[in-house]
Amino acid sequence: MSDLETTPLTALHRALGAKMVPFAGYEMPVQFPAGVLKEHLHTRAAAGLFDVSHMGQVIVRSGESHESAAAAMEALLPVDVLDLPEGRQRYGVFTNETGGILDDLMLANRGDHLFLVVNAARRDHDIAHLRAGLPRCRIEEIKHRALLALQGPKAEAVLAGLVPGVASMRFMDVGVFRSDHGELWISRSGYTGEDGYEISVGAGEAETLARALLAHEDVAPVGLGARDSLRLEAGLCLYGHDIDTNTTPVEAGLAWAIQKVRRLGGIREGGFPGAERILDELENGPTRRRVGLRPEGRAPMREGTELHAVAEGGDPVGKITSGAFGPTLQAPMSMGYVPADMAREGTRLYGDVRGRRRPVTVTPLPFVPAGFKR
Amino acid sequence: MKFTEEHEWLRDEDGVTVVGITQHAAEQLGDIVFVELPEPGTEVSKDDEVVVIESVKAASDILAPLDGEITEVNEALTDEPGKVNEDPMGDAWFFKIKAAEPSQMDDYMDEAAYQDFLG
Repeated sequence: MSDLETTPLTALHRALGAKMVPFAGYEMPVQFPAGVLKEHLHTRAAAGLFDVSHMGQVIVRSGESHESAAAAMEALLPVDVLDLPEGRQRYGVFTNETGGILDDLMLANRGDHLFLVVNAARRDHDIAHLRAGLPRCRIEEIKHRALLALQGPKAEAVLAGLVPGVASMRFMDVGVFRSDHGELWISRSGYTGEDGYEISVGAGEAETLARALLAHEDVAPVGLGARDSLRLEAGLCLYGHDIDTNTTPVEAGLAWAIQKVRRLGGIREGGFPGAERILDELENGPTRRRVGLRPEGRAPMREGTELHAVAEGGDPVGKITSGAFGPTLQAPMSMGYVPADMAREGTRLYGDVRGRRRPVTVTPLPFVPAGFKR
Repeated sequence: MKFTEEHEWLRDEDGVTVVGITQHAAEQLGDIVFVELPEPGTEVSKDDEVVVIESVKAASDILAPLDGEITEVNEALTDEPGKVNEDPMGDAWFFKIKAAEPSQMDDYMDEAAYQDFLG
């Protein structure tokens, strides 16, 4: 794995006995000795610590005021950036001219600049896209900071023990905190469906912070394996799987992330790439939709499984984009795209598993209710 | 006990062969969440896919190590697939097969050879 990048926590992962795998150009822990199931359940019961340093951290500054950086950003994504209050973060997607999704990201207003967290595999693309699209803004890739996620019902109590100010943060609040581990950029958010925090820390302080968190009896290290089953139970999209340049945000069930001011009749209607198609789909509905699917029995129905409307014959009507066994759900779960008229809750479809069509039922997302602190 | 390069173990028991996967295989697969077993009475040929295992990571097949007839399957694994991780060499056997050609057993490794094979 010599040509892979490491994170400031790679040595710690090895010391903890992690199984390392290549992921998005990085050497990352897929699981620790406890294993995926236990790591998943521990996160839902107490708190899991994740290394997400592979994700891109980007600062966008305007030459003049924050106002113009925010306004410029609105040309790249169908999101209300101008009205995002200072100290708050919002989920959004970069779109292309046909309404497809170039990446999904978190975007925070930190007063005199915007702070973005983007997917590892899309970081270089996104930075080039920002530089081309926002020529009057300064785009700075943050390279010397790690990113940790502390997720689960005990996350608040644990992190507040080190950084007292975090207890009063609400879901999607962001703040800068001084600590024994240097300046921390903290948001109350995550990718598990649980309450928790994402913590940007200087590369030099990352390991001592991670060790301080892991010293708490409620905290266990969690790898990418459980991160995937947790996000799938929470009904969250994984870029490159559930969303990509061939899916629009409306098809993907992400219309909630497009605020009214950017929709038809809004004061800043349209003005983002792919607006024609996306605004039309918001009004008239898309032709297909991302849905939750519960397979019958215990066999997981994985990514790529073709979906049929009938038990025998006919062409596929859709495809599964993510599928796994849900450790908390105690059952298999999948997400995929189906024609809009087959997207109603309770619709029975059939997934082709090893040559046999097995029944699946369209189910509301998330599979496991979220525990966010609103 | 004999071992295959597919990380299965075979143990003779009253004229039939009990088949499971090794500790090494169970560790490599990770947490097992689903096991699909064949019907008892099924006639199989060596290298037929007879069992499907799904772990949290991926699906894999278990191949019939011998020609013969499946005489019994371990139904307990259907409800508790995690047993394969807990006791792969003991309680978590998958199926029993009545070999048509018992000499096929001779092709497989003994424990020392399997340990060498693992390296």
